[in-house]
Amino acid sequence: MSESVAAEHDYIGLSEFPTMEPTTMSDKTKTRDNNNNSNNDDDDCLNFKATELRLGLPGSESPGRVDPRFLSLKSSGAKRVFSDAINESNKWVFSPGSITATGDVGSGGSAVKDSKPVVPVKEKKSSAAAPAAKAQVVGWPPIRSFRKNTMASSQSQKQGGGDNHNNSETEAEAKSGPEPCLYVKVSMEGAPYLRKIDLKTYKSYVELSSALEKMFSCFTIGQFGSHGGCGRDGLNESRLTDLLRGSEYVVTYEDKDSDWMLVGDVPWEMFIGSCKKLRIMKSSEAIGLAPRVMEKCRSRN
Amino acid sequence: MYLRLPSKVLERILFFIDSNDDRNSVSLVCKSWFETERLTRKRVFVGNCYAVTPAAVVRRFPKMRSLTLKGKPHFADYNLVPDGWGGYAWPWIEALAAKNPLLEEIRLKRMVVTDECLEMIAASFKNFKSLVLTSCEGFSTDGIAAIASTCRSLRELELRECIVDDLGGDWLSYFPETSTSLVSLDFSCLDSEVKFSDLERLVSRCRNLKSLKLNRAVTLDGLESLLRRAPQLTELGTGSFSDELSPEALSKLSKAISACKQLKSLSGLWDVLPEYLPALYSVCPGLTSLNLSYATVRMTDLVDLLRRCKKLQKLWVMDLIEDKGLQAVATCCKELRELRVFPSEPDLEEPNVALTEQGLVFISEGCQKLESVLYFCVQFTNAALITIARNRPSIKRFRLCVIEPFAPDYKTQEPLDQGFKAIAMGCKDLQRLSVSGLLTDKAFEYIGKHAKNLGMLSIAFAGDSDLMLHHLLSGCKKLRKLEIRDCPFGDTALLENAWKLETMRSLWMSSCFVSFGACKLLSQKMPRLNVEVIDEMYPPETRPESSPVERIYIYRTLAGPRLDMPEFVWTIHKNPEIGVSHLAIK
Repeated sequence: MSESVAAEHDYIGLSEFPTMEPTTMSDKTKTRDNNNNSNNDDDDCLNFKATELRLGLPGSESPGRVDPRFLSLKSSGAKRVFSDAINESNKWVFSPGSITATGDVGSGGSAVKDSKPVVPVKEKKSSAAAPAAKAQVVGWPPIRSFRKNTMASSQSQKQGGGDNHNNSETEAEAKSGPEPCLYVKVSMEGAPYLRKIDLKTYKSYVELSSALEKMFSCFTIGQFGSHGGCGRDGLNESRLTDLLRGSEYVVTYEDKDSDWMLVGDVPWEMFIGSCKKLRIMKSSEAIGLAPRVMEKCRSRN
Repeated sequence: MYLRLPSKVLERILFFIDSNDDRNSVSLVCKSWFETERLTRKRVFVGNCYAVTPAAVVRRFPKMRSLTLKGKPHFADYNLVPDGWGGYAWPWIEALAAKNPLLEEIRLKRMVVTDECLEMIAASFKNFKSLVLTSCEGFSTDGIAAIASTCRSLRELELRECIVDDLGGDWLSYFPETSTSLVSLDFSCLDSEVKFSDLERLVSRCRNLKSLKLNRAVTLDGLESLLRRAPQLTELGTGSFSDELSPEALSKLSKAISACKQLKSLSGLWDVLPEYLPALYSVCPGLTSLNLSYATVRMTDLVDLLRRCKKLQKLWVMDLIEDKGLQAVATCCKELRELRVFPSEPDLEEPNVALTEQGLVFISEGCQKLESVLYFCVQFTNAALITIARNRPSIKRFRLCVIEPFAPDYKTQEPLDQGFKAIAMGCKDLQRLSVSGLLTDKAFEYIGKHAKNLGMLSIAFAGDSDLMLHHLLSGCKKLRKLEIRDCPFGDTALLENAWKLETMRSLWMSSCFVSFGACKLLSQKMPRLNVEVIDEMYPPETRPESSPVERIYIYRTLAGPRLDMPEFVWTIHKNPEIGVSHLAIK
């Protein structure tokens, strides 16, 4: 599951309104750590911890990762003003702005705060991670979203086969270019802005829901609290699903026939093939949707 | 004896004084100068929209014709500021609409602009001439349509890298057939195709059109047609440059381009195919500004183009230009003042491009007028920085991004302290600096000591301790903006140098070790600072005082704590008992 978590944080190809990710990444970490405190039976938690960012001394990690010359530089240590805070039991990753997706950081200690993001300087990554999954730190390198999005859609056009026509055969909300991007708008009741996400970057409802959760958590921040326990796939990422299914909000989508349907009832491939728009609405408003879903499924099958 | 310059005379003198800095100085001389100055200031610049209330600005400058505002902190460009943070244009537009109907120009950067704002602008300012939005968001093409349809004397409409809810290309068709006043139109950030015949007609009838920046949906055929109608253009942003063209069509395009004898600036060129670059050759000798930063072509093709651009002053390009290409540029483009080199593949572990520090060294050797540098590179050396500083003491803006955090000098494995020391010492007019790579506190000691003109400094993944921050805050006399991420310090230096923060516009620190307790202390100590804590998980007061906060943004203000904060931003209240105040706008 770490890989899919990592994939979501690949900031090339992200929607235009990214970055709830970092903070809710640490949110997850916090929650998982809380879980660790209480009942740790979730193996994913450990793996997740392995991927969390540490900001601090190289050398406080497993030494193999870091150029040993760093150690000598750093250990002639400047006093850390911070040393008190490190020792407390508070485990949350303090640097939500920086995330790494590397898979092989030793899950060495609890003290995460005084470590720097572990980014190997010149070493080849010994990692199990795919070549593109280099340490992904949010907002680094400092390139504007506009440029990243433009380059991303450029690249996808080049990959999208010989069809390079940029004409408006694509829908207004899709980025220019055919296949590889599938941008849909996501709106939420009560939220001041629309978002856009690229459905092709997700492979399952679980990924989608966790991405939506991150994007919109700031609008429902009071309502999440700390949901301990795991969602339906045994992962805390489906907290949104919990929340959405369980209480106030549901995710709905408008399909090609311009009907509004509940998200989650059709196979994923079918969903992304027909989804035009997403909307997160209050459960009370979505009541009328269920019967139509059944009809559609019947008529399709 | 008390001599006083008659205010009429002063007015006459002030007529010639445009610069904000100068006018600010004038206004501090005495009360009567303050009065005369404020009654004559036409162009107002507010660098932080929360530093002062709209009402105060509108009241002070009754003759204002142009307002420039900046909203979010600079690091918002790199997604470090969560959505919904703030920077709303509405209160300003509202205040202006009520009191200043003769307003002609609004320029906003990193602000949230809604369709309502745009509609209000269109409805309220009869002489409205110029709307320039840079890195703004929150509006749709409907709002643009309102501006297009209603502003009779509209001269400039520029959407620079905005995030727009693109509902289609109809907005352009809202320009009335009678409107002929456009001088500059930039819709390069929009996706949807506009109705081409309307665009053609618009361009044809606006004989004063000098700057046209198209979006990617405009084809090469379209471009050719537009250029034929507007050979007077001085600035052109092409649409996509990769459609398939027959040889005749390509030759037609070349001809149309060459007819633009006054063309000085060229941009766009998305997906440009190398075989189409020769179509641009005819205008190269006159170009002063060339943005190839979206052109994924190889070094040899780039050089073939660039060696014809002998008057080039500003070049933006990708690292595909490689060291060799930069060497050629250094030989051919002797007028170069600004160079930006962007990474073509920033995420790859080993970028496949031969761009190293040597490229920048070449430029520093060959381009005597070099002032402004933005350079992304995988790794760097002290020796290169020292050479660059020695060659080019004229550099005023130096932003080096070594892509790998904590990368030392790759030849000596030392930190890049000595290199940046050379920059700080050698470039006496240095106003803006971004540092990167492995840096210890020493680097910042040098910067604090020598960079006396430094106004803006950006730091990431650097330093060892609070000393670093202390050096900067106690040293850099002219520091206005400081932004720091992922550096291991905070409290002590911040509290010791609290006084400094009121002399600056703003300080941003994210993923550093600034504790909530320190924030509180700071806020109590400094009444005219807003100390804002951004924390998307918990209110800071639910955590122990010593625990670090996610992000802080501290800025001086006359307006008190702001009232439009989202749920994840807290202003530390001045009264320690209250802790944090949190007021959200509805």
